Formats: sequence, structure tokens, C-alpha cells
Amino acid sequence: MPLLKNGAVAADPWHKIVNGEALPPDGPVILPFERWRAERETLLGRNTPLGVRLSNTHSVAELEPDLDRLEVIELEFPKFTDGRAYSQARLLRERYGYKHELRAVGNVLHDQLLFMQRCGFDAFEMEKADPVTAWQAGTSAFSVFYQPTGDGRAPVERRRAAGAKAV
Amino acid sequence: MYAYDEYDQTFVEERVAQFRDQVRRRLSGELSETEFKPLRLTNGLYLQLHAYMLRVAIPYGTLSTRQLRRLGHIARKYDRGFGHFTTRQNIQFHWIKLEQTPDILAELAEVQMHGLQTSGNCIRNVTADQWAGVAADEIEDPRIWSEIIRQWSTLHPEFTFLPRKFKIAVTGSPNDRAAVKVHDIGLRMHKNDKGEIGFEVMVGGGLGRTPIIAKTIRDFLPKQHLLSYLEAILRVYNQFGRRDNIYKARIKILVHELGAARMAELVEAEWQQIKDGPLALSPDTVARIAAHFAPPAYADSPTFTPEFDALRLENAEFRRWLKANVAAHKRPGHAIVTVSLKPEGGVPGDMTADQMDAVADLADLHGMGEVRVTHSQNLVLPHIRRADLPALWRRLSELNLATSNINLVTDIIACPGLDYCALANARSIPVAQRITEKFNDLARVHDIGELKIKISGCINACGHHHVGHIGILGVDKNGEEFYQVTLGGSEELSASLGAIIGPALPADRIVDAVGNLVDTYVALRQDGERFLDTYRRVGIAPFKERLYAPA
Ligand code: SF4
Repeated sequence: MPLLKNGAVAADPWHKIVNGEALPPDGPVILPFERWRAERETLLGRNTPLGVRLSNTHSVAELEPDLDRLEVIELEFPKFTDGRAYSQARLLRERYGYKHELRAVGNVLHDQLLFMQRCGFDAFEMEKADPVTAWQAGTSAFSVFYQPTGDGRAPVERRRAAGAKAV
Repeated sequence: MYAYDEYDQTFVEERVAQFRDQVRRRLSGELSETEFKPLRLTNGLYLQLHAYMLRVAIPYGTLSTRQLRRLGHIARKYDRGFGHFTTRQNIQFHWIKLEQTPDILAELAEVQMHGLQTSGNCIRNVTADQWAGVAADEIEDPRIWSEIIRQWSTLHPEFTFLPRKFKIAVTGSPNDRAAVKVHDIGLRMHKNDKGEIGFEVMVGGGLGRTPIIAKTIRDFLPKQHLLSYLEAILRVYNQFGRRDNIYKARIKILVHELGAARMAELVEAEWQQIKDGPLALSPDTVARIAAHFAPPAYADSPTFTPEFDALRLENAEFRRWLKANVAAHKRPGHAIVTVSLKPEGGVPGDMTADQMDAVADLADLHGMGEVRVTHSQNLVLPHIRRADLPALWRRLSELNLATSNINLVTDIIACPGLDYCALANARSIPVAQRITEKFNDLARVHDIGELKIKISGCINACGHHHVGHIGILGVDKNGEEFYQVTLGGSEELSASLGAIIGPALPADRIVDAVGNLVDTYVALRQDGERFLDTYRRVGIAPFKERLYAPA
């Protein structure tokens, strides 16, 4: 499945561990959260990049102590209509200050990319054949945003207050 | 009234362009109906029994005459010459072609309108008191806060895929005309001991198959914290609301399962983290929005004129209209006029394109160019000079828009029902029509007094039957339309849910049943009692006994 970052298809060096799978001796791995929790001490001793996949029913606060160590966090959209991971993403970015890759996985569609980006996602596993076109259409549709979120885009109220001109 | 600035206008045009592309992808087959459905729904486009239906947002029920004329134009050009005003202060067009919807939305965008968030599991179009800014009993204008909520909730990136739809209503008066207690969040403005104005925050109200009255989770919220507090509620709901069962997904079920106290704790804990962040409202922001709602330049107008006095003396129907359809305005010499969309034999909430144009003309001539939509499916002209009332009444009468029945037995709320809706068990509209035909003597209608009948075609309760003084619910019995009757519902601040009176009745008995209930009330009422008062005093038994008595 193509991985999209900054509007382009990116290489994905990460190996995803599935339940019960033995860990490879080295190389970057993404672990299911339960596995992470069970083997955390050993894993932290590994000298390779680590990532975690968190289901959307877990609290992101559980990852708080390890946010510096984790280089990828995957959040799940089991169906695109299940929007719990939007809140998880904002909390990770805006409350807990997570700085590394935040990856959307699951039913990730063209028309939701902008919402995801605004909530702090910066990597997307897309099902569609031409993710780059989808990216462009999906993320450039709007130039006006009403909510302050952690994505750095100036909300309308700030632009109004600054007396800035419309783009 | 709020007027879009360049940002709002850019946004709504970008939205039209995006939807045009989505429709193109659907028509070319690039998108399947499954993929397209959520996209069209977020633009208010539903697929109904016979055609597409487009629901257009009328934020907190406020329309300029230019907007009303544009709605008339759309009804004429793209539909069958009429539109239908809904219980959520929106308008629906029921006979729409998919390929024309981008053009319709472009025409709406020209007058600062759209179909955004009139559907889907997002924060829906916010509703408010239809008398905002003019009611004599108002503490503060709820439109200012409704507009702030409208902007914050517009394509909110975190809250567009909630467990279920989410409705917010605001009232600025002690007499609640916005039914705030049957919304996911109800906000009531009031003064605290120190004389400051803030919000009582209620959550978890709603009708549908599990009707629940909202619970208060905060008695007093200072105004500058409105958005952070709403964001905290929505964040709790987005994370913990149930997604396993569509019928248990509304916030009312979460509040019910957690308990109001626990819900309040979760919200407060979340709110503490964000209350002083970027959502805190600066006085400048509030002032900038409030300036849009400054009162219009009222001219002095006498309370009575010789023409007014003479007409009132000689014409009983004008007197009845003054009593039922005209309300006190906070500015002397002015009045609030309700335009009845409930004529004898009419479809509640329906209005023709010609009527829309004519009402827009009247609002320009007599009423500062402003129109409101009420949640009981009527229109309001909020700033009418009292001296103009006779002329206005004559013209509205010619247009069949002056039926003197506001809040009376024929001011019926009805959902579209089986005539349009794929979910319906039974028809609603013909029942409403037949009730208005039965009660076509306006003197009698006035004698009966305040009586709110609400009709839903199925358990989804779009016609709010649970809070009708008389509620009528369409049910299916072996493929036949039957109607279940409830009594004693109310949506005021003393809100209550109706109680089922007995076995459901067949279609040919439902109208006589309403007549029977009214007769029982008239026989039992004491001085000055409304139907609801009598019901609350005597209970359901006498009504039941007479309704089901053998013929
Ligand atoms: S109450 Fe039922 S029949 Fe009426 S509009 Fe709603 S879903 Fe349709």
C-alpha cells in the first residue's frame, strides 16, 4: 500500500510486526500496542527505531512516557466514518507534544486527507491507485480554516485580527 | 444580520468547487455510490423515495430578503415551484437532479448560503430562538453566539466523523423558543448572582427512538469560554460515544450510561486543559461578530393609528391575527409577526416560490428586509412597524399566509413522512391536512387555545411527536398505516415527554380521535387552562376513557 508523505509517495522502511510474530534481529519495527506494553522494557533496549500502532479505543496518554523514543505512531481508521483517531492525533500533537511521524492507516480516503492533516497526521497509507493526485485535490481544496489546530495554519479569526487580505 | 466577509465567501466558493468535482467523479463512475454518499450528505444532498432532496442550511433561522428570493428562484428553476421549511430552521427541496446540484450550490453561494452540515455525523446547523434580537424578554442576543458556533463548527477537522449527528441550540431568553432541552447541547443564557451573563450548558437531550430531556452539566459558563467548553464536550463524545449500534450512538446515550455527573467530570477535566488556549474568545472577536447584529435603524412608529383602530374594531379575523400571530417587540411602535405556513388543507412548512418572493417584498417594505424561520415551520417578520400591520395583514391574507393559528390546534408540525421519506411507516402530511380541515372555524380554534400537535411518520421523530401536547406517531401494523397517540409532551423549559394513551388507531380514525381529545379537554378545562395544564391536572385517564369508549 503506497505511503504518502509531503504529497509524494515515500519509501517505507518500517516492518510491521503482526501478533505473535518474532522480532527480526534489527531494523525499524512497528508493534501493536499490546505487544509494546508487554515487552516495553526489552524493546526500549533495542538499538533500532521503534514505532507503535495504537487502536482507536486506547488513550494516547498511555504512550506519553515514550514519545521521545517512538519514531512512528500509527493511528487507525477502521472505517473512514469512525473518527476517533482525529481526537487521538490532536492530543498527541497538541497536548503531549509528539514530534515524529504520525501515520494514518486503514480506510484512508482522498476526501479526508485535509482533516487528517489539520489534526496532525503527516503520513498516510492510501488505498487509491494514484495517491499523489488524490493528495493534491484533497489538501488544496480550501484556503480558509475556521478552527485553531496544531497544524500551524492561521485560522480565520487570526487573519481577521491581523487585518490580512484574503488569499 | 451576519454578512460574509471575504474569508467566508472564499470558503463557500471553494466548497462548491470541491463538490462540483465530487459530482463529476460520481457521474463518471470514478466514485461508487458508497463512496459518494458521505460526500453528498455533507453537502445536504439525500436520496429519497422518488428523487434527490437538497437541504439548505439557514443558520439559526435568519434570512435576508435577497436570500429568500434566491430560495424562491431555486424552487422555480430546479424544483417544482415550492420548498419545505423544516423543524431545524432549514429548507428542503424535494425534487432535485444530481447533475444540477453543483449549479444550485453555486447560486446559493452567491447569496452566502450552502448545504453544509445539514446532514451526516457532524455538528449540524446551529439553531436559535427565532425572535433573537427583538424579543421583549431577551437577556442577550443568541445570534452572536450562534454565529461564533457556526464558524467554529464549519468543517471542524476533528468532529466531522462523530458517532452520530450533533445538534446545538441556543436561547437568550427565559422563555425558551428554541427547544434547547431536546438537543445534543442546549445553551441557555442567563445572569448569575454577580450580574454577569453566561451559559447554562445542557447535554444529552434528543428525541428519536429514545427520547431524553437534556441534563445540566454546568450552571454557568462564562461567555469567553464557550468554544473551548463545546470542544471539550465534543472531544469526550468523539472518543467515548458508542459506535457499535446506530441507535445508541447519540450523546444522550453516553450521558445516560455514564450519568450526568461523570459526564460533567470528563468534560471539565478536558476543558481545564484547553480553556485558556487559542479557543478562548477575545473581546475583539466577540465585538466584531456582535456588530453584525446591531439593531436596525428603527424609525419612530405610533403604536396605534386610526386605520389600525378601525380595522381592529370591525374585523374579528384581524383581531384574532393580532392575538395569535403578532408578538411584542422590544422597540415601542414595532411588532414581531409570524407568517403562518399552516393554512387550511396545506402542507405544514411548504411555501411556493411566488409566496417567497411576495414575503421578501413585504419584509423589504415593512420590516427592515429580514425574515426568520421558526422550528415550528413558520416564518417570522421580526421588525414590523405597528402602523403597517393592517396593510401587511391584508396582503398576507391574499397570499394565504395570514391564518391566525400560531401555537393553536392547526399550527401542526409534521415530518415529510411516507409521501417522501424512505424510512416512514405512515404518512404525516395528509393527517395534518385533515386536522386543519376539521378545525377550519378560526373562532373555535381560538376558543380551544394553545395546543401543539406534532406528527412523525416513524420512530425517528423528525416531527417531534414526543414533545407535542398531542403527539402522533405513524406505525406499521401488517402493512397498514396506524397512528399511536401520546399526550402531555412539551418542549418548553418545563419539558416533558408525552405518554402513550392506548392502542394505535387506524388512519380513518386518527382525525376524529384528535377531535375527541379536544372535546374532552374543553369539557374538563377550568378557567384559563391550556390543554397542557388540564392534562397535567387531570392525567391521562379521562382522555383515554372517552377516546376508547365504545361508540
Ligand atoms: S420521522 Fe421518520 S418518516 Fe418522518 S421524516 Fe423522520 S425518518 Fe422520515
